[in-house]
Amino acid sequence: MSGEFLLEIGCEEIPAWMLPRARASLKELLERELQARGLLQGKPVETFGTPRRLVAACSRLAAAEPTRTEEVVGPPKAVAFDAAGKPTRAAESFAAKLGVKVSDLKIKQTPKGAYVAAVSRKVGRPTSAVLAELLPSLIPQVEFPRSMVWTSAQGLRFIRPIRWLVALFDGRVVEFELGGVRSGRTTRGHRSLANRSLSVKGLADYRRRLGQVGVVVEPGERRRRIEQECARLLKPLRLREKCDPGLLDLVVDMVEHPAALLGGFAAEFLTLPEEVLVTVMRHHQKYFAVEDARGALAPHFLVVIDLDRDSGGEIRRNHEAVLAARFRDAGFFWEADQKRKLAERLPLLEGVVFESRLGSYRKKVERVQALAGWLAREMSADGRRADIAAVTRAAELAKCDLTTEMVGEFPELQGVVGGLYARAQGDPEAVACAIHDHYKPVGPEDSLPGTLEGATLAMADKLDSVAACFAVGLVPTGSRDPFALRRAGSGIVRIIVEMGLRLSLDAAVREAMTILAGSGLAGREASPAPVLGFLEERARHLFREGKGFAYDEVNAVFSAGWDDLVDAGARLAALRALRPTPDFEPVAAAFKRIRNILEQAGGPDRSARPIENNLIEAGAERELYDRFLKLRSRVAEFRERHRYPEALRQIATLRPQVDRFFDTVLVMAKDEAVRENRLALLAHLLKEFSTVADFAELAVGPKTRE
Amino acid sequence: MKKRKPKTARRAGLSFQEVVFALSRFWAGQACVIQQPYDLEVGAGTMHPETFFRVLGPDPYRVAYVQPSRRPSDGRYGDNPNRLYKHIQFQVILKPAPAHVQEVYLASLEALGIDRRRHDIRFEEDNWEAPTLGAWGIGWQVMLDGLEITQFTYFQQCGGLDLDPVSVELTYGLERIAAFLQGVGNVFDLAWNDARRYGELRLEEERQASAYGFEWADVEACRRLFELSEQEARRLLEAYPKDAPVEARQRFPVLPAYDLCLKCSHLFNLLDARGAISTTERAALIGRIRGLACRAAALYLHQKYGREPGR
Repeated sequence: MSGEFLLEIGCEEIPAWMLPRARASLKELLERELQARGLLQGKPVETFGTPRRLVAACSRLAAAEPTRTEEVVGPPKAVAFDAAGKPTRAAESFAAKLGVKVSDLKIKQTPKGAYVAAVSRKVGRPTSAVLAELLPSLIPQVEFPRSMVWTSAQGLRFIRPIRWLVALFDGRVVEFELGGVRSGRTTRGHRSLANRSLSVKGLADYRRRLGQVGVVVEPGERRRRIEQECARLLKPLRLREKCDPGLLDLVVDMVEHPAALLGGFAAEFLTLPEEVLVTVMRHHQKYFAVEDARGALAPHFLVVIDLDRDSGGEIRRNHEAVLAARFRDAGFFWEADQKRKLAERLPLLEGVVFESRLGSYRKKVERVQALAGWLAREMSADGRRADIAAVTRAAELAKCDLTTEMVGEFPELQGVVGGLYARAQGDPEAVACAIHDHYKPVGPEDSLPGTLEGATLAMADKLDSVAACFAVGLVPTGSRDPFALRRAGSGIVRIIVEMGLRLSLDAAVREAMTILAGSGLAGREASPAPVLGFLEERARHLFREGKGFAYDEVNAVFSAGWDDLVDAGARLAALRALRPTPDFEPVAAAFKRIRNILEQAGGPDRSARPIENNLIEAGAERELYDRFLKLRSRVAEFRERHRYPEALRQIATLRPQVDRFFDTVLVMAKDEAVRENRLALLAHLLKEFSTVADFAELAVGPKTRE
Repeated sequence: MKKRKPKTARRAGLSFQEVVFALSRFWAGQACVIQQPYDLEVGAGTMHPETFFRVLGPDPYRVAYVQPSRRPSDGRYGDNPNRLYKHIQFQVILKPAPAHVQEVYLASLEALGIDRRRHDIRFEEDNWEAPTLGAWGIGWQVMLDGLEITQFTYFQQCGGLDLDPVSVELTYGLERIAAFLQGVGNVFDLAWNDARRYGELRLEEERQASAYGFEWADVEACRRLFELSEQEARRLLEAYPKDAPVEARQRFPVLPAYDLCLKCSHLFNLLDARGAISTTERAALIGRIRGLACRAAALYLHQKYGREPGR
């Protein structure tokens, strides 16, 4: 037959957010293990499924493992054969062990002397036997963030209980047992639509029959249906769903048979803040919010149910009632929270611990306030500066919402709630916006703070967290980063780069550490180097992964300095723009050569030594020197005015002189004075022209991206 | 549009007490012992000794009971249509967890008249933890047309001990389910039976308990009661005669020591609602209660099975 393979792991509901990774992991494991056993035949292993089933299939596997031959070395010749050349017991038992005749034994010369050897031929086992052994050990290796037991403490661990197993090869059951479940060919239908067992013959039969029992087994198909149904429901109302790809991913993997319903809520709830409404719908109910053509929230929502239809609209009405109750709750929280203004909540922060060694949020507020004030004074964007009074006030109130009922119920709305309350309680717009945005960006996809005041507060809060945690040794390692410091670090550098904020990162880190030391939380002697190194890595990561710069481009530009990240970004952009021009790479190659020469020559830094004009030889060396002098002031001027493309273009014009110099001039001249002068010329050249980017860091040749 | 008020409390769907009857009958039919609520203040059905101790050790057991559960911080003086100082749970323990447990659970909903072909029933990830009991589990909240009606948990640990075999705990929120069945938006409007509403029976208690928890509870008195209960519990747990003959061991009051631990837990919740506990103190107090609960669990096993209690 075809060699077709099908595996279905039937489970109780697996959490939706874990499924994409689990499917990828099952695919990787199967492909790796089947490949290792020589069973893959160029056909991929596909994985798909629903919350109740992880499925893997391959349209063709080999019928059996390949036959393997290998040479096995046995006892020394002197032991295997007696003086007369007759085989001894040792030879016979060696041959017997390998299943060959004594006459098939050969003599092999090894560094240790002559030994008996034989070629053993291992006939591969049939695939069904290999699978029967492999699957029970492979399935528990599927990656899940956590696992559980459901029989006994020592029982099988998996993400959720395994209740049935379908394993077919070539149409026949691959027999094994796992966690008390025997494999077979019996799968199950949708729990509500067709709650029965059914027997399947193979992959095509499996897909077809599952369709008949209400299971849409392909995640892509479920996604398509959800999108189509939502569009169909919204079109007549001229509404659209609020774009939410994360929620769609989740909903796709929460159902076996999706159907969308359009529900509504009383328009009076629209007086509650949109953020609160959307959070209730999205995080708590997994509903899509709906908006009109102008982006204003509409009193509707979309819910995806795990059923074929809602006869009589009862399910819709029930969802509507749940949502209305949730919204009413939010209204209660809002009312209750207004009884105590944000500023009056400041003393309560004494009781909210930030980290045991770092004290309460009250202390954090004091530090952030000081740091935000400093940043507001030192930082500018296009010459604009943040309003210090607004920043200071916002910093004072920013954490007060931690003590509100609303945040107690919706922790994901920290900051947002504070901003809304500040506005409702009469604080200026700049203050409210800054509080509202100060956790931003919460991930690489999230937007930045909307105002300069918000950016200042967001940076102060994050920088304080990073510096404070580093000060007590809470440094992220591997996958452990409980305080989300990487996210904070990435947020800091993204705000700086994308909002064009000019400041010295070094000075900012030092200030954060001074403030920490002032509050007695960290030693005054603590070095800023680890924090700066951490931020440097975050910034490099941003430019590489976020902005698409090549590894070596980032290295080259950072070698020339990164204290001002906006400036580093401008230099990177110039470098990327100029790099494809014809003269650029050869000049870069020449700089690399210069650096190698200087390194090999050893000795002191010659760029500090003056170049002796009278020692310059006529010809190529003189031409290079003259060109250097001419370019030096021009490049410096362009650089001074941050006109980096022009500066790089100027440097690239060096090419003919550099090429001729290396073609005709021997740097390591016999005359020491001439030699030293040449080295000095090259050292000056390298130094002067490496202030935009260190060309020697560039990989020359085909462009590399890592 | 305002609906006309019916003459009696009776509406469509089962009354609150009929929900209790239906679930009790259903689970009695599944070989559960139908137990009574525990007669001490508890925050959840899990704290009932019929769950806390029965899930320990190897013996199979099935039990179901109603358990009023007090959460002082959730009190709203009876003003909020959904939040209660004391709500009423229906708790089921199945030990060991049967392989078709989800099906049995869905059948229990059918016993309440909830037809799975007409409703959107979902098992959404929700892992559960009771830090004061050293108990946690993995499972779901069961959603019925978007409403959370049951906590469904495979117990992993209780009293800090790995469980062998694993038990399933089902905790039905009775108010939620009755409100769903009756189509009522405010818990106080629920029909308790044909003549009485939930509010008639419980509103006073909600108001007064909230007032006590938020305003009247004397912090110093609660702290003293906490300390006293803790001391008494610890005194007992430390006096356990590990090496005494079996009869002497088995009449030793481990269960009363656990009762004292439950008192600590409730007093802690009261102090918390009163706003008298700082975050650092909070972790420390939870740790102290957990210490008692874990010790009681270990001694229970020793008393019953002669297993070494450790520490």
